[in-house]
Amino acid sequence: MKNRHREAVTALLFVSPWLIGFSVFLLYPLLASLYYSFCDYSVLHPPVWVGSENYRDLFHDEVFWRTLQNTGLFAALALPMGMFVAISLALMLNAKIKGMTIYRTLFYVPSLVPSASLAMLGLWVFNGQHGVLNAVLEPLLRLLNVVWVPLAHLLNIGWVPLSSHLPAFLQFSLGRMAPPGWMSDPAWSKPALLVLGIWGAGNSMVIYLAGLQDVPQALYEAAELDGAGWWAKTRHVTLPMLSPVILFNLIMGIIGTLQVFTLPYIMFPGGTPARSTYFYTMYLYDNAFVYLKMGYACAMGWIMFLIILGLTFTALKASEKRVHYSGG
Amino acid sequence: MAVALKHNHRDPNRQKNPVLLHAALIGLSFLFTFPLIWMLLTSVKPLEETMSTNIVWIPSRILLHNYYDAFVYHSDKLGYIPFLIYGRNTLLVCALVVAGTVCSNALVAYAFARLRWPGRELAFSITLATMMIPFPVLMVPIYALFKNFGWIGTFRPLWVPAWFGSAFNIFLLRQFFRTIPFELSEAARLDGCSEWEIFRQVILPLAKPALAVVALFSFMGTWNDFLGPMIYLVDQKTFTLGLGLQAYQSQHGGTPWNLLMAASAMVMLPIILLFFFAQKQFIQGIAVTGLKG
Repeated sequence: MKNRHREAVTALLFVSPWLIGFSVFLLYPLLASLYYSFCDYSVLHPPVWVGSENYRDLFHDEVFWRTLQNTGLFAALALPMGMFVAISLALMLNAKIKGMTIYRTLFYVPSLVPSASLAMLGLWVFNGQHGVLNAVLEPLLRLLNVVWVPLAHLLNIGWVPLSSHLPAFLQFSLGRMAPPGWMSDPAWSKPALLVLGIWGAGNSMVIYLAGLQDVPQALYEAAELDGAGWWAKTRHVTLPMLSPVILFNLIMGIIGTLQVFTLPYIMFPGGTPARSTYFYTMYLYDNAFVYLKMGYACAMGWIMFLIILGLTFTALKASEKRVHYSGG
Repeated sequence: MAVALKHNHRDPNRQKNPVLLHAALIGLSFLFTFPLIWMLLTSVKPLEETMSTNIVWIPSRILLHNYYDAFVYHSDKLGYIPFLIYGRNTLLVCALVVAGTVCSNALVAYAFARLRWPGRELAFSITLATMMIPFPVLMVPIYALFKNFGWIGTFRPLWVPAWFGSAFNIFLLRQFFRTIPFELSEAARLDGCSEWEIFRQVILPLAKPALAVVALFSFMGTWNDFLGPMIYLVDQKTFTLGLGLQAYQSQHGGTPWNLLMAASAMVMLPIILLFFFAQKQFIQGIAVTGLKG
């Protein structure tokens, strides 16, 4: 009994840094943020209670809705696309052929590029006048146009008008295709960020690869005995066995993507063009540190926190029956 | 990036005809590496060749000199950019963060992994749940707190919190500490070792690989951090590399793209080098991230 007691006291000493860290850098700011969200607060003066005013103002704030919409749309595109690319790459890189180590390294290294460097590289690659991407796309599209322009006129009768319901950059262009203005066209600024995001898919690719290596070989052998081909094995063995990793990446992806900041902040100052890249955290930052509307910023912070909680629990609930946990 | 893979010869993933796969992988890896190659190519070009109307693929001369010029860049438009000072600042903050992260999280994770105390499981669940709290919701009160301390404009807001633990690192180290046989601790206890001695002399030496992972990740996180320095640093002389890179950009055109790419490459280089020297730690760390154990 005495031993137990002593061990608990020792444990308390060992966890004490975290007790302080948790209280000072997490719990206090979280609660203070909730309090400030009901206050008029500029950090220069003490907070003044204003009730739900900040939340009511947010509800009528067009820019707030715009940034929420931008962020939601971006996450809805970036998460599935990133996941698809990362899983596909991982499946390819799980094969055993010569030089695999080199391939893995080549796909992984781009995800290491610091976001400030990445933003600068993005500005350069997507540059309107001297960007290398459009320099490559230009001749390619000129070639494609030979087929596309007549084809588009035929398609126009039927399903091209339907595409007007899609986000602008997914719509079918009717005339000649030309390289887009990544930095200047509101329809193409988000795709520019998506491309950079996919370029960094290497990080989650390695997580999926680690998950793939844990799949027991016996399962594949059993599936092969049942005559399963490559796709059947992927669909019925690999993906179910990978589902816990997919869920984990999905949740971390939701939390991360909703906070997207550095890349658009550097590449598209102020969310240009036409606020198409003005994301939630950028507006929150501007409210806090540019307009000094700190109470307003805290209200935005809490709404974001609640959205993240909601989405995480939805993902966990929805996946309960679909995610396969083997053992413990 | 060798992940243990060798044991099974009848692996179903082994390709019978790998030519197609090779072709696909070569094509894709070219797409993935091209932006980096382009960054390096641009960084050694003469300025005119970055601005010509017809794109110049291969620089006519290779100007390694650009890297030196980026260090001592001075123009009427942009002023002097103290790149070396940014580098020193970044390294200083990184060193303090890495030291703090390793020390504090090792202690806390030890208590979660190897000591018995009431409420441990609940406290651990709460710790894990804090990973869902987004930084933007905490940003304002933490800023106000540091302002009260008089810390705005100093490096302290960037490194002091690292000395008080963080959920992800606690989780990572706890997973590793639990794999060390408990008999080792018992034996040391019978020999009369105190808990501190067991921690220092038995556990820490065995946990070096995991500590390396934590050190590596916290170094990278700090090196890449942009929002933190932007909120807390005021004076240009205290800026970190990430903030400093922006100084090469000119709002009115005339950005020296070759020098900006050289500077961006220099910001990237330490991370890439670190990766090549510590590949094993990277892969292990990422594998743990993927919810193993």
